[in-house]
Amino acid sequence: MPAQTLRFLCPNGHLGFAPLKTDSFFRGVRSRPDFILADSGSDDIGPGPLGSDTSTSPQEWQRHDLEHMLLAARDLEVPMIIGSAGDTGANSRVDLYVAMIRDIARRHGLAPFRIGWFYSEVPASLVRARMLAGEAITGLDGRPDLALAELEATDRIVAVAGVHPYKALLDQGADVIIGGRSSDSVIFAAPAIRAGYPEALAYYLGKVLECASFNAEPYGGKETVIGEISMTDVKVTAMHPAQRCTVASVAGHAMYERSNPFYEHVAGGRLDMTHCFYEQSDEKTTRITGPSFTPSEEIRVKLEGSGKVGERYVGFVGIRDPYTVAHVDEVIDWARQQVRERFGDDGYQLHYQVYGRNGVMGDLEPLKDRPGHELGVLVFGVAPTREMAEEVTITGTRQMFYARLPEVKGTAGGVAFPLDEVVRASPAYRWTLNHTMRVDDPLELFPLHLDEVRP
Amino acid sequence: MSVGVRRRLGELAKTVRSKNAGVDKITFDIIFSDRDTYELVKRSGVLTMASVAALYGIGEDRISDFVTFDPALAIKFTIYRPAPSGSPGDADIFGAQQYAPLLDIEVPID
Repeated sequence: MPAQTLRFLCPNGHLGFAPLKTDSFFRGVRSRPDFILADSGSDDIGPGPLGSDTSTSPQEWQRHDLEHMLLAARDLEVPMIIGSAGDTGANSRVDLYVAMIRDIARRHGLAPFRIGWFYSEVPASLVRARMLAGEAITGLDGRPDLALAELEATDRIVAVAGVHPYKALLDQGADVIIGGRSSDSVIFAAPAIRAGYPEALAYYLGKVLECASFNAEPYGGKETVIGEISMTDVKVTAMHPAQRCTVASVAGHAMYERSNPFYEHVAGGRLDMTHCFYEQSDEKTTRITGPSFTPSEEIRVKLEGSGKVGERYVGFVGIRDPYTVAHVDEVIDWARQQVRERFGDDGYQLHYQVYGRNGVMGDLEPLKDRPGHELGVLVFGVAPTREMAEEVTITGTRQMFYARLPEVKGTAGGVAFPLDEVVRASPAYRWTLNHTMRVDDPLELFPLHLDEVRP
Repeated sequence: MSVGVRRRLGELAKTVRSKNAGVDKITFDIIFSDRDTYELVKRSGVLTMASVAALYGIGEDRISDFVTFDPALAIKFTIYRPAPSGSPGDADIFGAQQYAPLLDIEVPID
């Protein structure tokens, strides 16, 4: 039997995306938690960072949070765990965080400690070999099984770890763990399962803590919350003086960013929250009982992949003439035709977003037949080279000026240009993999490393 | 008792929001602050798979989940995105501004 309870402090739901708030963090640290943990990744940020091997979070903010967490964890002599390092969990992001930890330790003259880390990137060659051996790489969320052509179009793949590499590194004595891409909940579940608590409660603990104060009210991100697990329940408490974890806020968070509030899939099984019971246990604390966990028959690991579509430029035009507003599609068709005459039908992409009509929602917009009195049109051109992307975009933008509408009164220029140029944007990527792959050993895609950090 | 009184969902709900659920889906949450209002809207039948599909101009096969979630006093549904988040041409990388049409749904309250 484990100790009566363990307490987990989480200061941030996506470390680096915005800095943690220090007051509630220190308030939580003073209560002497048993672990300090935060997830640092998200696939919310689009496919660009994974594909281009960059972070969307500024290094200053990443360092700010890592520094606060490391100093507190070493002072309390409790483990610190970070999952999905640097937004994507790619290998370079893990290395970046490990180097930051070493640097912070050196600057503060911290006593020696052990750092463990693991990588999550999967070479395309490994996936290809399994496909050629007849293994299906199964599509999620309505996607077909992975085709070789889609794999070829992929620049970088990460596998999403379960609890396994975290448990293994804790077994090896790691004081600090920097994880590659992982399911958010498993960084909390791993130490709880390892300490002997029921899997269902351990994974639920992770679910409820992974976004920090998003499970509290009133709304306010980046504030610290503390979760406590026992053999029979999970309790979650807000640390900010004005925030509370209520039945409504905690249950509400169970739905957040998920297609269904009842199930959560991780490598190795499924958490079922259908019969969760929520009750207010004190003013700032909600108690949860009743989740269940079903181990899966085979272990399937989720793969995320991003592939470059091309270089990208952006143009912008405004439209005020009511006749032109009503015929904006003809203006766009004219500009598209000029691009087609120069570059042909394919080998590039040209996208128009018509703000003031359906720029935000596209085809999902119910009011697309009721445009405003003025429109803003954002033009995106994507092509294999910068030069071509620029020319596609400037043609697709400037030719709107020359569109030939039969009854337009203004014949000196069909659109307004706030800029007489197009602007280079980051290259365009797309999510090529949202699939699962079977593994025999849950550690086989996640090489482990351990080292001592000395002054 | 009044007859034919209707109120907008935007007035009745505490929270109406949309957000990515993974890279291929957008999920919508409609959350109420009290059980009576939640039950009223649930019973009213104005929020169904069919009504939501019609509002967004999509087939019901594009809706992956439609559930009511009593502990959170919430109605929740999830749709498949037209294209994965952040693909060229996607105007809402986080899926955060797709809920607005729900605000104007009229709910009979008598």
